[in-house]
Amino acid sequence: MIPDNFSYLAPASLPEVWDALHEHPDDAKILAGGQSLIPLMKFRLANPAYLIDLRHVPDMDTLAERDGALVLGAMVREAALERSPLIQQRYPGIHDASAVVADPLVRNWATVGGNLAHADPANDHPAMMLALGARVVAQSPRGRRELSIDDFLVDTMETALQPDEVLVEIHVPQPAARSGSAYLKLERKVGDYAIAAVGVQLAFDGEVISHAGIGLTNVGPKAIRAQQAEAFLVGKQPSDETVREAARLAAQAADPTADLRGPVEYKRAIVRTLTARALRLAAQRATALA
Amino acid sequence: MSVTRMFGASVKRREDPRLITGDGMFTDDFKLPGMLQMGVLRSPYAHARITRLDTAKAKALAGVHAVFTGKDLEGKVAPMPCAWLVPDADLKVPSYTAMATDTVRFVGDAVAIVVADDSYIADDALDLIEVEYDELPVVTNQEEALKPGAPQLYSDAPNNQAFHWKFRNGDADGALQRAEVRLKQRFIQQRLVPNAMEPRSSVADWNAGAGELTLYNTTQNPHIVRFLISVTQNIPEHKIRVIARDVGGGFGSKIPYYPGDALAIFASRMLKRPVRWTEDRRENFVATIHGRDQIIDVELGATRDGKMTGLKVTNLANMGAYLSLAAPGVPTWLFALIVPGCYTIQDYACDVYGVLTNTTPTDAYRGAGRPEAAFLIERMVDLLAGELHMDPVDVRRKNFIPASAFPYTNGGTLSYDSGDYDKSLDLALKMVDYEGFRQRQAEARQQGKGKHLGIGLSTYVEVCGLAPSKAAGAMGFQGGLWEPATVRVLATGKVIVLTGTNPHGQGEETTFAQLVSEELGVPVEDIDVVHGDTSAISMGWGTYGSRTTAVGGTAVLKATLKVVEKAKRLAAHLLEANVEDITHDHGRYYVAGSPTKVKTIQDIALMANLAWDMPEGMAPGLEENHFHDPTNFTFPFGAHICIVEVDEETGETKILRYIAVDDVGRVINPMIVDGQVQGGVAQGIGQALYEHAIYDERGNLTTGSMLDYTVPNATQIPFIETARTETPCPHNLTGVKGVGETGTIASSQAVVNAVCDALAPLGIKNIDMPLTPEKVWRTIQAARAGGTTGS
Amino acid sequence: MKQSIRVTVNGEEHTSEVEPRTLLVTYLREQLDLTGTHIGCDTGQCGACTVMLDGQPVKSCMVLAVQADGAQVGTVEGLAANGKYHPIQDAFWEKHGLQCGFCTPGMMIAAVGLLERNPDPSDAEIREQLEGNLCRCTGYQNIVAAVRSAAEAMRAGNAQPVATSGASGAGAAGGVAGGVAGGEEA
Repeated sequence: MIPDNFSYLAPASLPEVWDALHEHPDDAKILAGGQSLIPLMKFRLANPAYLIDLRHVPDMDTLAERDGALVLGAMVREAALERSPLIQQRYPGIHDASAVVADPLVRNWATVGGNLAHADPANDHPAMMLALGARVVAQSPRGRRELSIDDFLVDTMETALQPDEVLVEIHVPQPAARSGSAYLKLERKVGDYAIAAVGVQLAFDGEVISHAGIGLTNVGPKAIRAQQAEAFLVGKQPSDETVREAARLAAQAADPTADLRGPVEYKRAIVRTLTARALRLAAQRATALA
Repeated sequence: MSVTRMFGASVKRREDPRLITGDGMFTDDFKLPGMLQMGVLRSPYAHARITRLDTAKAKALAGVHAVFTGKDLEGKVAPMPCAWLVPDADLKVPSYTAMATDTVRFVGDAVAIVVADDSYIADDALDLIEVEYDELPVVTNQEEALKPGAPQLYSDAPNNQAFHWKFRNGDADGALQRAEVRLKQRFIQQRLVPNAMEPRSSVADWNAGAGELTLYNTTQNPHIVRFLISVTQNIPEHKIRVIARDVGGGFGSKIPYYPGDALAIFASRMLKRPVRWTEDRRENFVATIHGRDQIIDVELGATRDGKMTGLKVTNLANMGAYLSLAAPGVPTWLFALIVPGCYTIQDYACDVYGVLTNTTPTDAYRGAGRPEAAFLIERMVDLLAGELHMDPVDVRRKNFIPASAFPYTNGGTLSYDSGDYDKSLDLALKMVDYEGFRQRQAEARQQGKGKHLGIGLSTYVEVCGLAPSKAAGAMGFQGGLWEPATVRVLATGKVIVLTGTNPHGQGEETTFAQLVSEELGVPVEDIDVVHGDTSAISMGWGTYGSRTTAVGGTAVLKATLKVVEKAKRLAAHLLEANVEDITHDHGRYYVAGSPTKVKTIQDIALMANLAWDMPEGMAPGLEENHFHDPTNFTFPFGAHICIVEVDEETGETKILRYIAVDDVGRVINPMIVDGQVQGGVAQGIGQALYEHAIYDERGNLTTGSMLDYTVPNATQIPFIETARTETPCPHNLTGVKGVGETGTIASSQAVVNAVCDALAPLGIKNIDMPLTPEKVWRTIQAARAGGTTGS
Repeated sequence: MKQSIRVTVNGEEHTSEVEPRTLLVTYLREQLDLTGTHIGCDTGQCGACTVMLDGQPVKSCMVLAVQADGAQVGTVEGLAANGKYHPIQDAFWEKHGLQCGFCTPGMMIAAVGLLERNPDPSDAEIREQLEGNLCRCTGYQNIVAAVRSAAEAMRAGNAQPVATSGASGAGAAGGVAGGVAGGEEA
């Protein structure tokens, strides 16, 4: 259980990171917290020749609201998210998600950027970020570009990042006045991949849902946006019946495969249950905030 | 400190200071000068012929000292021994070489070893060994393996059957035929991975000049390891020293002597350098023994008013690819004899088939046979209660062996030493407020909120304190089960206690010191309990089977009493009195009635060690040995009750309360005893709800790491409410029955009974362990759809 | 190719040559001979290898030694200071929070990390915060009791939570980040 040999680089600036990526276009990997990558390397399922550690790159750990968005630097640790009063109060869904990533020790070292860039459908932030309509900021020598989380997540372990690009920030739109979010996960055990998890955000106009976001974890090749369920909710009150139907639609959007965590129908049922519960929780939080 | 009552006091543990500072010495912590590191290449196939094995590239890697394969062992290392040769069972013991030479039989079978400067190089070199395999058909399930046409593991074990063992008492068939009610049920005891937190490890140090081997080893029984090395590697027993300092948990998995140990010794002898081998967890999952994996069919006969009258059991035990050290004894003797449990059933028959499959060998895992037995009978009692619409408490009481009947010979011909089953049940029911719970449950069922409440009982008895050596011999165990003890009082009054048991977390460095302190009047701090070193201790059979205190502790107590006897005689001499007139308390010896003229144990120890003024004929020194061989097993018992809430939508089971009332005889250190119960219950809950070693059809262990195999964490184990009744063991001097396995033996069925009770309104009678959310959900779905209900 | 790193472990600075692939736990055990930190699972599940890294408990089998270049590392060997046990050590002893003792160093370091952030955790919070540390012996009950007891001791009077240069922001030199300096001084 020991990684193969590699060279380790710890550049002090983004341009140096780009240089390193440019020099080793095919066999370099970016290292953030490494809490997914290092285990893969120990199993020798990943054998990069170069590891480029971002820890000396400045300004990668922003955690603040700016220009109408929550800005999260790629190197913000999960534990920092979990413990941030700002996140807890204004972005409860992100708080929920950060609090169920792996275990508390892993969260002390794992980063939100790594969680997204690893693009594992079982990771928790992608689905929550889908629900929140987040945008991802990538930088390369060619400049800075922003892309929606939907566009960012391409496939299993695959993002829209170009070889010379580094994920530097995540921008989450500030929540509307009456809104709430939640992330619920069912796992066999802490540290395992989710059987399924659901992130939702609801915004209200009076008693009526004005916007809904729903993201699903580990029930498809990548995190899934439950579009039909989202559309169904808009313009309705979150009655038991509405929630049930939205949950049914979300379960339909899930595309799970059978594995040790259960057969397809079980995972769908869990998506339905968790969606309903998360919707109720988000609605409750919206009311509490109002 | 002043010595008060030590027996019964929650003395802080003597072993803890080194363990809380990082100063403990686990095997992998040893670093010897010139030490090399060994890595093991393991088969990725469950059944295959090795057609090519090329080690050249690995040998050429810088830092690699040697690469060995199975052929190198020929004539040097004999096959791994099986030491429980159950008689009258047509036993076949397949040859289990430390490395496979031509055929591999499970994923994890060793194929080659690398010895290198460090573990990183060893790992790299393992990747460079080239092996080609011809895959053979695979069978992993014991029922499949017995069928005609199944893949065969050995030509000399037809139908993969390693043994067929039978037990008969009375007339089970007749009793079943006459029974007013007959119930049949199949139980699956799923395969478990012991997962001691410390992986297995050996540091072998061969001294060629002296012809001596020192082996640092993480083992529960160093003397057994010494013996086995001697007979398999042709080293005289007196030239072998096995040292087990700190051992990071065992739970049975560190009883066997393993190929990895044999190979480290072999490599050290070949290279004349110390060689360390420490498995990683991935290896631990495939190459350290597994537990349980039995398919058990039961038929129970009873009267309509709930009296159990006859019992037939067939157990298909998956032994894995080879017979591990103690394996044949586990599903046979350790299982079958205690199946009738706390009940008066006498007409009883049991057939056990040991089956070879392409899986990791199974062997003793905490409780070993007895959890399976307790599970079986306690589940059957609940099924019978359900069938007869009786309260499970009433069925139990109706069938209990009454307190007045002890000693009682059970349906398995065991002579239960003492017991009072109603008493522990009464206490548990009171703690849980059974009637109150039933009322709340009825109300909750009326409201029907998608959450199901259930309560489960387990009134268990176990057979522990292994064991009379005579019984061991009769059962085919190739060893004794007595224990020696030495109590040595030094000139300064400090005491060394030697024990052949090898506690590894159970706390006997403390409890044995308490036993000695109580009798000798020496403070606990002045007493060191030495274990785990074959050169310091004459002999010993180790720590397992809840035997350490019941057997080893009794030896210590008896040796201590001999020291006291000698001290009395010496005191009499020094006080110029008759020995009959000498009395003693708290280490002070004086003539009864004149407590001012005193010789302390320290005075006496000094004189005994100087020997300036000894009574006529008395040898110098203050040291005594005792060799204790018990006359019977011990029979701890108790009542556990579990309350659960099952979430219909997700299938999750939440334990709301867990109550453990145990009677483990007399208790030396209540704090330690409670800790043993809590840990044992956690493992039983682990089996009930979480743990499962699963093979795919090609024989890959799909739950082969702690990522996929759930070792329960702190949020998955509830607070456990403990209480005790105390019925002393009548046949040993300590009165102790043993507590190491109690919690595990008692608990799984309490949880499963609770879940089945919760889901009874849906018509669900049985769910196989582990009760994962997915499985519970699926069972509920099927029941709601009117399908099968798992019965 | 080996790389030079400078790491402060338990308050003592070390300059060492390591392969980039060297795991922090291997570095501590094999190069610095600090064998109190154990390897239990290799896959980041069990937490036996937990150490303080810049004030945060992390799994040292999931961190490269080169990642700790310039960092403060605290291990079980640094918990006691000035001949006195850290309150977490006293509590584990007092409450029988260990049996075989193999998981104990990692468990205690994780607990210290928790208590420095949350001086008065509920039992449920303790259990949740120890989810990354597996124990096969105790059933966790006495571990929870020990952490609760250590919290009381640390809150009461003299025994303040030890400072860290990490999350608590106390920024004091030494502390758990550096050497888990004892919190016993008045």
